Amino acid sequence: MSDYAPLVLTVPEPAVRPGGTPDFSNVKIPRAGTVARPEIDAEPESIRDLAFSIIRVLNRDAEAVGPWAGLLTDEELRAGLRDMMTLRAFDARMLIAQRQGKTSFYMQHMGEEAISCAFRKALEPGDMNFPTYRQAGLLIAGGYSLVDMMCQIFSNEKDPLKGRQLPVLYSARDHGFFSLSGNLTTQFIQAVGWAMASAIKNDTKIAAAWTGDGATAEGDFHAALVFASTYKAPVVLNVVNNQWAISTFQGIAKGGSGTFAARGLGFGIASLRVDGNDYLAVHAVAKWAAERARRNLGPTLVEYVTYRVGAHSTSDDPTAYRPKTESDAWPLGDPVIRLKNHLIARGAWSEERHKQAEAEVMDTVIAAQKEAESYGTLHAGGHPSMRDMFEGVYAEMPPHLRRQRQKAGV
Amino acid sequence: MIEAIRDAMDVMMARDGDVVVFGEDVGFFGGVFRATQGLQAKYGKTRCFDAPISELGIVGAAVGMAAYGLKPCIEIQFADYMYPAYDQIVSEAARLRYRSNGQFTCPMVIRMPAGGGIFGGQTHSQSPEALFTHVCGLKTVVPSNPVDAKGLLIAAIEDPDPVIFLEPKRIYNGPFDGHHDRPVVPWSKHELGEVPDGHYAVPLGKAAVRRTGADVTVLAYGTMVHVALAAAEETGVDAEVIDLRTLVPLDLDAITASVGKTGRCVIVHEATQTSGFGAELSALVQETCFYHLEAPVARVTGWDTPYPHAQEWDYFPGPARVGRALLETMEQ
Repeated sequence: MSDYAPLVLTVPEPAVRPGGTPDFSNVKIPRAGTVARPEIDAEPESIRDLAFSIIRVLNRDAEAVGPWAGLLTDEELRAGLRDMMTLRAFDARMLIAQRQGKTSFYMQHMGEEAISCAFRKALEPGDMNFPTYRQAGLLIAGGYSLVDMMCQIFSNEKDPLKGRQLPVLYSARDHGFFSLSGNLTTQFIQAVGWAMASAIKNDTKIAAAWTGDGATAEGDFHAALVFASTYKAPVVLNVVNNQWAISTFQGIAKGGSGTFAARGLGFGIASLRVDGNDYLAVHAVAKWAAERARRNLGPTLVEYVTYRVGAHSTSDDPTAYRPKTESDAWPLGDPVIRLKNHLIARGAWSEERHKQAEAEVMDTVIAAQKEAESYGTLHAGGHPSMRDMFEGVYAEMPPHLRRQRQKAGV
Repeated sequence: MIEAIRDAMDVMMARDGDVVVFGEDVGFFGGVFRATQGLQAKYGKTRCFDAPISELGIVGAAVGMAAYGLKPCIEIQFADYMYPAYDQIVSEAARLRYRSNGQFTCPMVIRMPAGGGIFGGQTHSQSPEALFTHVCGLKTVVPSNPVDAKGLLIAAIEDPDPVIFLEPKRIYNGPFDGHHDRPVVPWSKHELGEVPDGHYAVPLGKAAVRRTGADVTVLAYGTMVHVALAAAEETGVDAEVIDLRTLVPLDLDAITASVGKTGRCVIVHEATQTSGFGAELSALVQETCFYHLEAPVARVTGWDTPYPHAQEWDYFPGPARVGRALLETMEQ
């Protein structure tokens, strides 16, 4: 007889499933303005507590408070609001376009707009993002062409990627946006390599790596943390924790570590958690992390606490795995409304101006869509050529591929 | 051959400040096979350095460096350790140019000691070339001698696309014809052991005829070139031995010219048989030389088992097995 009781496997479960009442009481949210802002050269060891709190700037009254506030002007905040509104309008139009069969697939950002839009403003020209599929705000806030984005989504004759990539897997080198893979977290370590190269060449550019909560479980994430830590790479390591990896709640990837930011502590990496629905907080933390990288102080891991309001993709139905009303219960609110209310509280915005801006933004997006559609959509109009399909596998087409192209008759 | 490989990296590091070398143990120590010995001392530790034991990390970081504009020439300590990096090689390095429509490219070389004959057992003996030749966007190179090793590695480093550079470790120190019971012959006694100084390139995609012959064509690469040459001499079969040197891109013209002349073809590789590169070669010979063939295309390969330890020489396709295949093919 064994002295031990039989072993039992632990399989974590989310607090609530469909039909239940949403409950986020386990998400501990500190009051805005209460988390300290460390010196830029703080030792990671001295700020371990930041991996377990949430840096927030906007309070319930829509005021910007605390040591992370005060970095942005009215003008910059209005631009940020417009970026987020543009992304939201863009998403709305592309979701409809997908339902209309103009493209095969789309992924929206609803609820997560502040993260990529605000982060983009912390970077300098020449810096490089290694994004996931839910950071199109990096392009929009950087002034990339909406038409080019849509041409990629429609895989039409003006698709900058010639129809080779799944919709939303953009690439825009000149806008600091690395080619999206589609395989998760492979690019986390690539960002570290890019940053190492910048340091090897004594450049001044920095890199930003992106992943979601679920994909932190990939080996690439851990390799990236080792390399970033060992070589003190000038990189910001971003983890967007939107609570859900398709149908899998964040607890499956997180295990017993408490937070995703805490993953960085064992590597000696400065690790912070931030309110991902607070444009000002995201921007302030991104700026702090980017500044550390640029001053050769090494990598910073940032966890953005947010909520994926929409489906994972147009192929997903979240009502099958979480309560329909869960997003309403999310305690950090909506990033667009929060920034709008803040601007109004500052006297720099109004309901009227907001309505007007909404109409303007939608007009801009619709005009871009009209133009993009004039170059074709997935099954109609202009289309990348079959000849294009054979190009660009190598710098120079090898003989076997030439023979295959001949066989294909193009 | 190890000196030739080191020399290639030395030449390229001196010529091009964007060439960086890293991998497990490659920095201060110079690599477990000493391929990078002295490079850190000569070029500094930001050009040649030790990496954590993470093959996916090494390749993934190199992809990022290549995208930045460097030309990483990285070492995977043994080809057998490559598998954790396979996603980075297949989904990332190989496809970056295509999927970004040329905005980002991946000029990098992944060096890997491969093949058996050193009693390395199943985790230090594999020949995974077919896992790379199957992947579009990669080039795959296997040198058979020091002169080629240097020239091919220089060409690989200068190539604008990712190149897998498999180094048959059994011939690092001398040509090996499969007679494991005989004394090792050093490269200094071989005509292709005399490596020219300075910069020269052996172009990727060009095979070399190592022995001209009239009766049967042997297609081989790496260590097996030497085994095939020995088998031809020992059987007296007038074989034409073609050293493919590069598997992708493949010198199909050299193959068809030879098989068109001899009408017979024996393919030799050390890797396992099923879906091995020999299957591709056999299919191509059949497709392009069918009306010249006087015998079925034969394959001599490693058996479809993991690479065993004690039975190394039962597994290794040595000159006796290759010789038998030559004679059988001649009898058809």
